Amino acid sequence: MAETTHTEFTPNTAPEGEVTDLGDLDEKARLGAPSGAIDRSAAIDGFTEQGESLSAQNAGSEQLGLKKHSHGNAPVVPEASRGERRRSFDLADFPTLTGLEEDWRFTPLKRLRGLHTEELNGSAPSIEVTGAGNVTVETVGRGDARLGASATPEDRVSAAAWHTFTEATVITIPKETVADGEVMVSVTGTHAEAAAQHILITAEAFSKAVVVIDHHGSATLAQNVEIVVGDGADLTVVSVQEWDDDAVHVSSQQAKIGRDARYKHVVVSLGGDLVRLTPSSIFTAPGAEVEMYGLYFADAGQHLEQRLLVDHAVPNCKSRVTYKGALQGAGAHTVWVGDVLIRKAAEGTDTYETNRNLILTDGARADSVPNLEIETGLIEGAGHASATGRFDDEHLFYLMARGIPEVTARRLVVRGFLNEVIQQIKVPSLEERLSESVERELAAGNL
Amino acid sequence: MSTLEIKDLHVSIDTEQGNVPILKGVTLTINTGETHAIMGPNGSGKSTLASTIAGHPRYKVDGGTITLDGEDVLSMSVDERARAGLFLAMQYPVEVPGVTMTNFLRTAKTALDGEAPSLRHWTKDVKTAMAQLRIDADFAQRNVNEGFSGGEKKRVEILQLELFRPRFAILDETDSGLDVDALKVVSEGVNREHSKGEMGTLLITHYTRILRYIKPDFVHVFVAGRIAEQGGPELADQLEAEGYDRFTAQTPVEA
Repeated sequence: MAETTHTEFTPNTAPEGEVTDLGDLDEKARLGAPSGAIDRSAAIDGFTEQGESLSAQNAGSEQLGLKKHSHGNAPVVPEASRGERRRSFDLADFPTLTGLEEDWRFTPLKRLRGLHTEELNGSAPSIEVTGAGNVTVETVGRGDARLGASATPEDRVSAAAWHTFTEATVITIPKETVADGEVMVSVTGTHAEAAAQHILITAEAFSKAVVVIDHHGSATLAQNVEIVVGDGADLTVVSVQEWDDDAVHVSSQQAKIGRDARYKHVVVSLGGDLVRLTPSSIFTAPGAEVEMYGLYFADAGQHLEQRLLVDHAVPNCKSRVTYKGALQGAGAHTVWVGDVLIRKAAEGTDTYETNRNLILTDGARADSVPNLEIETGLIEGAGHASATGRFDDEHLFYLMARGIPEVTARRLVVRGFLNEVIQQIKVPSLEERLSESVERELAAGNL
Repeated sequence: MSTLEIKDLHVSIDTEQGNVPILKGVTLTINTGETHAIMGPNGSGKSTLASTIAGHPRYKVDGGTITLDGEDVLSMSVDERARAGLFLAMQYPVEVPGVTMTNFLRTAKTALDGEAPSLRHWTKDVKTAMAQLRIDADFAQRNVNEGFSGGEKKRVEILQLELFRPRFAILDETDSGLDVDALKVVSEGVNREHSKGEMGTLLITHYTRILRYIKPDFVHVFVAGRIAEQGGPELADQLEAEGYDRFTAQTPVEA
């Protein structure tokens, strides 16, 4: 696999600006060219040097920031820092999307089925919570004071969901309680109309739990998952997207992390036409540790996008991010944007984020954009790496020349690649199910 | 005893400049227990012969036959050829992302034998073979060839040769890029397997150096896609002294 970006920062390094990798599909080591050869012959639709003309409504080739705003004459000014992005509960604070916005530029808006334009008054997917006896589950009206106390929408769809939802599911792991089983939150979609949903998960101080949000069925869903990790708590949240083929799901999953807390967030996106997750981890007190994992497998025509934020706003916190994606089939598109922000006050921060993509066939496209903003040099370490590799004919030849049939060879590669993330889930029944799902994805690709 | 028979083999490749013929009528027979060295200058078609036998899709067979005990090798897929007992130690082994050596070796062995190897014996066999080839034990947990040096990759090819026990091994310039110590280690591995008397070897090399460690029964000199001359081990000594000049200077002789 070709490393496309690899940066290490050590204490006292001068603050670094935004580092952007526009998702080059580097490949190396073709037979007879042992190193350094880059083959760009496998052109991919919509790919430009800038990697920007992606949204269906963003047909022009103008450089981002130079094109005039659609409802004004002022040029679009990209935010100077990820920390300055607008946060608001008021839908009116977010202009209608054009596809030119930095945080929407990879998303095909036409395929959002109205999530960004229409009233979200369809019936929301049903929610059933099972698995743990000592965890509180409530359904509350939107007036409940706990809702919105810990997370504020950062984009238009999230604000629209906040604006519209009528009742929310609230899951609370009481103080000093260890959940007596995995909390399974089954989200089942049955309607195609655009709908809004709000879920609040609170792990109170010194509690411990694993919460799995399992999305399936068909839906057009704008969702806010608000997560509170109390002081000294240990919470794992796994969000599984195994939607039907037509589903559209845009989900903001913001976590507020307390003092000395442990938080693990896992994204597994396999099914759905368009899935866009924006998981955030916001440190609010020192001593906390966050791990964020992601696994995605895009088939022909699927758009799977993940944009995460780790906000180191306080000293002495640690974060590790690992996302891995596999792609196969024409028009399979994945997007990974990893924003890590180390604010002035966040001395002693230790962070590293990694994204790996494996392209299995021609015609698929993986965008990978690691961004690291550092406002203080007094840190333990900060780095990121992104690599997109291709499983090509030479790999296949090598494995087959050892007697391994083609189908087995591809399985071997993908299973090995994605297992690193599956192993992190630590819920055996779910790990098994997801391994099987990955096998099915492979089989479905007629490989 | 098995026989690998190559008859009047013509092979070409498609390039941006059009179709280019590379092998222009190669005939060669290898029996179990024999070691054949194929030598020749760069571009003479040695590696093309190796890749064609293994079934690399880049090479187009325009004429001739390859048979293994009478079975048509050319009609077999790449994996079928391997399961029939052909093994190619590659000149440039690729790095395979996402697959550990352990997993790869076990999967290949299972495919080749049609059943999973007994775990206890297999683990021991792998450990022993790795130690003999002086491959670090921690390589087993690394991805196939990923981050291995050139010499390490070649040793791993011979590791597979010893573990998979093919009927015919084709070594495509396994010696190039190896220092003397690594060359000895690799040659010992080939000799160990060869001494069991169940393997025929086709040793492709540019240099005579490896022939000090692996003794050929026959030497074939490749020039411009044909066998220009063949003989016993003494031909290698002659090449060592004289080089390829006398072949490249004159028109190749029909084999």
